Order: sequence, then C-alpha cells, then structure tokens
Amino acid sequence: MENNTSEILRVSHLKKYFPVPAGMLHAVDDISFAIDNGKTLGVVGESGCGKSTMGRAILRLHEPTSGEVYFQGKDVLSLDKKGMKELRRDMQIVFQDPYASLNPRMTVSEAIAAPLLVQKIYNRKNKADIEKRVKEIMNMVGLANRLINTYPHELDGGRRQRIGIARALALNPKFIVCDEPVSALDVSIQAQILNLMADLQEDLGLTYLFITHDLSVVKYVSDDILVMYLGQMVEKAPSDKLFKKPMHPYTQALLSAIPIPDPDLPMNRITMKGELSSPINPGIGCRFAKRCPYAADSCSQQEMVLTEEEPGHFVTCQRVQRGEI
Amino acid sequence: MSELLLEIKDLSIIYSTEDGLVKALNNASLQLHKGESLGLVGETGAGKTTLARGIMRLIPNPPGKIVGGEIFYEGKDLLKLKDKDMRKLRGQQISMIFQDPMTSLNPVMTAGDQIREVILAHNPGMSKKEGRKQAEDMLEMVGINASRYDNYPHQFSGGMKQRVVIAIALACNPSLLIADEPTTALDVTIQAQVLEMIHDLKEKNNTAMLLITHDLGVVAQNCDSVAIIYAGEIVEYGTLRQVYKKILHPYTEGLFGSVPSLDTTSKRLNAIDGMMPDPTQLPKGCKFADRCKYAEKRCQERNPELIELADGHKVRCIRYEHEGR
Repeated sequence: MENNTSEILRVSHLKKYFPVPAGMLHAVDDISFAIDNGKTLGVVGESGCGKSTMGRAILRLHEPTSGEVYFQGKDVLSLDKKGMKELRRDMQIVFQDPYASLNPRMTVSEAIAAPLLVQKIYNRKNKADIEKRVKEIMNMVGLANRLINTYPHELDGGRRQRIGIARALALNPKFIVCDEPVSALDVSIQAQILNLMADLQEDLGLTYLFITHDLSVVKYVSDDILVMYLGQMVEKAPSDKLFKKPMHPYTQALLSAIPIPDPDLPMNRITMKGELSSPINPGIGCRFAKRCPYAADSCSQQEMVLTEEEPGHFVTCQRVQRGEI
Repeated sequence: MSELLLEIKDLSIIYSTEDGLVKALNNASLQLHKGESLGLVGETGAGKTTLARGIMRLIPNPPGKIVGGEIFYEGKDLLKLKDKDMRKLRGQQISMIFQDPMTSLNPVMTAGDQIREVILAHNPGMSKKEGRKQAEDMLEMVGINASRYDNYPHQFSGGMKQRVVIAIALACNPSLLIADEPTTALDVTIQAQVLEMIHDLKEKNNTAMLLITHDLGVVAQNCDSVAIIYAGEIVEYGTLRQVYKKILHPYTEGLFGSVPSLDTTSKRLNAIDGMMPDPTQLPKGCKFADRCKYAEKRCQERNPELIELADGHKVRCIRYEHEGR
C-alpha cells in the first residue's frame, strides 16, 4: 500500500464470481485501479460487462471473491460489520433507477433522514434537528422544501434522482459510487442532474466512481476512464487521451458507434460482429477475440496482461503491446 | 422530392383521466414522402408515442380520443376508414416497431411463430408451411439463424429480441415503418448494428420511416428531416440540415445544449431549467415560455403559430413572426 496522500481508493485484483448452475460466472475478473481525492473515474462498458457488480463489490454490497480494496489506507475487506457500518458514512452509492430504488411508502423527508437515523447521527426524537438537516440537504440538491412530505410516486424522475443523491449525501461522504445515475432520465433533466453532481463535487470535494454506458456522459464527467469488457478491464486512460487515441480494438469500436448529433460528421463506424459472449467459465485468452477484427490465433492462447503503453494509458491488447496494430 | 406518402393535418389527441383532460397532441402536421426518413424528437410525455399510435389508430379508447385532424395515407383519410379496412392496412402497409423489445413479444410463443402470425394474417390461404418458410427468411434477413425459429423470446438477448420485433414489422414489406424508440433499450454497439440493419432494409424496399427518439445523434445519422415536439406541439420542423445547422426554437437550442459534446472540454452543460408543463393544465401562451431564456410578456398571452420561413424551415416561436412568409 502506497502512502500517497492524494489517493483515496485503491482496488487491486478485485474479483467477483457468482456460482450458477452452468459454472462460475466471472462478473468482475481481476480489476485494479486507484482514484485520487476529488477526482472522477468513469467506468464504461455494455450491459452485462460487470460494471455495476464492480461498484457494488467495492462497497461490499456484493462480497468480493478475492482482491483488495483500500479506502484512505484502510483495508475495507477485512472490516467487521461494525467497522463496515462506520465506513459507510464515507462511502455511498447513488442507484440507477430512481423509480425502483426509493421506498414507495416513505416520504421524501423519511427517505433522506433514514441514513441519519441508521447511523445514529441524530436521535429519533430530535425531530426539529432532523428536519433542519433534511431541509439543508434538500436545498443542496435543488429540491423545494415544500416537497418534504410528498411520496416518490408524486414526483418525476429528475426529482426522484435528486432524492437518491440527497440520501447519498446525507452523511457527508467522501466517496460516491454513481451507478448509472442519469440513464433513466430525459436529456434535459439528465443535463440538470449532471450539472448538480459537478457542482456538488466541487463544493464538497467528492470523489466519484461514475458507472455509465453512455460514452458522451462519461467523457463529460470523468478525469480518467476505465473500459470494461466481460468482467475485465481492457483499457484505462485519462479521458481526453482515451477519446483522442483509443488503443484497444473494443474501445475503438465502442467509440465509433456513438451517434454524433451533427449531419456533417458521417460516422466511421467499426461494426463489431456478434454480441457479448457468455461470462460463464470464459477460459483463457482475450475475451473480445471472437468479435475483434484484428484477432490472431495467439489472442485466445495466452492470458491478457495490462501494460502501460503511454504514461497513464493502460491497455490489455497483445497486438497493441507488440506494436502490430 | 418523391411522391407524398403520408400527410398528417392538424391532428389532435386527448386523454380523459381522473385528473382532467390531457391534451397529448395539439394540431400536429407532418408530411412524409416515399422512402423518406423523418425523425420525431422529444422528451418523455411530449406526445411522440401518441402521435405514432394515432397514425396506426391504436389510441386506447377510452381514455384516449382523436378529436381533430386528418391523416392521409396515399390519399385516403385513415381516420375515415372502417375498422376492418384499417386492420388490413396495419402490418401490411403501415407497421410499427414498438419501444421495448423485452415486453413487446409474446413470451409463450416462439419467435418464428410470432413472425409467421403476421404473414398468415395478411395472406389468407397461405399454408402454414409456406408461412414458416417466409418467416425463416425474415429471421435470416435480420441476421438471426433460421434454426432459431423455434426458440422462445427469453432465449434471445435484448438486441436479438429487437431484431425479431423488426422482422415482425417488416414481414409484409410495408411502405411506412413507424419505429418508436427502436434502440433506446440497447447498448451502443448493438444500437449501431440494429440501425444499420433498419437502414439497409429500408433502402432495399424504399420504405418510408417515422423514427421516434430522444437521441439527437441517432436522428443525425439516420434521418432526412426532423420534427421537434414539446408538450404536444411541433415546435420546429425542417430538413436535417436546417434544424441541426440553423437552430431556431429555444427548446431545440436547449436540447442540443443538454447533450454532453464529445469535443468540448467545458465542465457545465447548458441545461434547460424546470420541467415540461403539466399536460392537464397547459399554459394559454407558449408552452415553453416558463423555461425559455428569451421569454417576453407577450409569450404568456397567446400561443404562437407554426411559422414557415422562406426556406421552408418551420418554427413555433414569436421571435420569428415577422420573418414568416
């Protein structure tokens, strides 16, 4: 463990396997990265690539199969229940679907106060203080105070997601896993929420792990981007670099598939054959090889290794590493 | 420009609900020529799907009702057709791809049989065996191996289910295809495959398409003309180039500002504040005035007409009234 003061989270060789009748499902397979304080690491990949599982494994909402997670130098995976509960004040999550992640029978104020009560920050009887804090948080996320006694079904998606963010912020965390926080929202509302999250990050010095499948969103929010494919990390680079010079063939295809809202920029789409293969007992070699236009025999024969091709730019493609493509 | 296929004139649709009268669509007018692709862009609740269902005459009644307007398809007013004749047209001449491939297929019927059902319904007298053959051809056409005819929907991935839905829609070579968010539920790389496939099939059969989406990028890469819809009204309408290169309406401007751009490094989006007005209590004046940065007092007083400028580009905004022809 490095003693780097600016580093807030370090994940090494994180694995999460799920036993299924057909074998072992490799949802997250050997992922390592670090995030600096106040920065955003974007995680992109298609549905089923394991990005949400990874976010949850870091918070131990799924117990990792193996690997290490250090948060501010503390070994997260070795903590007991009590230690974990304490740590959750600093590590929070905003869930994907604001329609499903809120308890329909809790009012806005109950939902936002719940973490405060669970962590015993306030005494349940101290109604006035709780209400004051709830209103404070509501102001922070742009929810009008008059909504304090409404139920989630009375609110639209944008407001519901603001509640989700308010709940995550209630305990003054340092680090938030944002699991597709804007994918269920309309573009104009999505823009409002993204602006809110950027403001909060600046004001409160938050660190985000931002999981999304939307590549334009990830470019916009992230300092660094990690690209996942079938549970594995295939490329990681600073945001600008990744978009300017994607190295892995999967990243290249992914970026080329983004529809650009400009009729004068025709797309140079790299069409990938087929779809994701199964993450159950994947075997050795590059998992993208079956769809890769550059695949050679050697790709399916040896394990992939992550190497730093340029400062800060990591990639697992063997052919890139050998300078062949 | 080729022959006019579909002309919608002043179409208005309402829903009567317990909360009051919802004016879902107000005086919408659109034209579609043979082989043309028209993109209809708007947010949730803007009336996009209502318009599509209106053309198909699939508005559930009650609570919905078409209260005014005409829909000419090859010169015939669809709203005056007998139910029996309309049923013949649906699926045969005009067909629709529904939004959610996960729920629009029948889970207890094989994918192949669902395609054959459409073929047999429109070709009375055709044998089941011949129907199966045609359905198998359709599967191959959308890139699914014919050997999967007997598979049930749950055995397919999301992208493949959407291909089955497309195969059903195209089974009878329609002249008009209404695609309601055909790729919203799919990942970008699969979206790219599906859009490419729709494009190829469209070219082959000279099918006209009404593509409903909220994704400005998808429209830019797939359509010839665009209509922007807000709170049940078309607010801007023109060729792709007119709308994308010379944005007139403040709402369109807001939509473009809300999309994180891939080539800027700005840290804030130009989001539109506020939300779409409650459809049961639409304002008397311009529906967008409350959120518009250019709004003046007169905007609240009366609703502007859709004005056609000299180059044929149409816009519903008071600021252009003196320019109209």
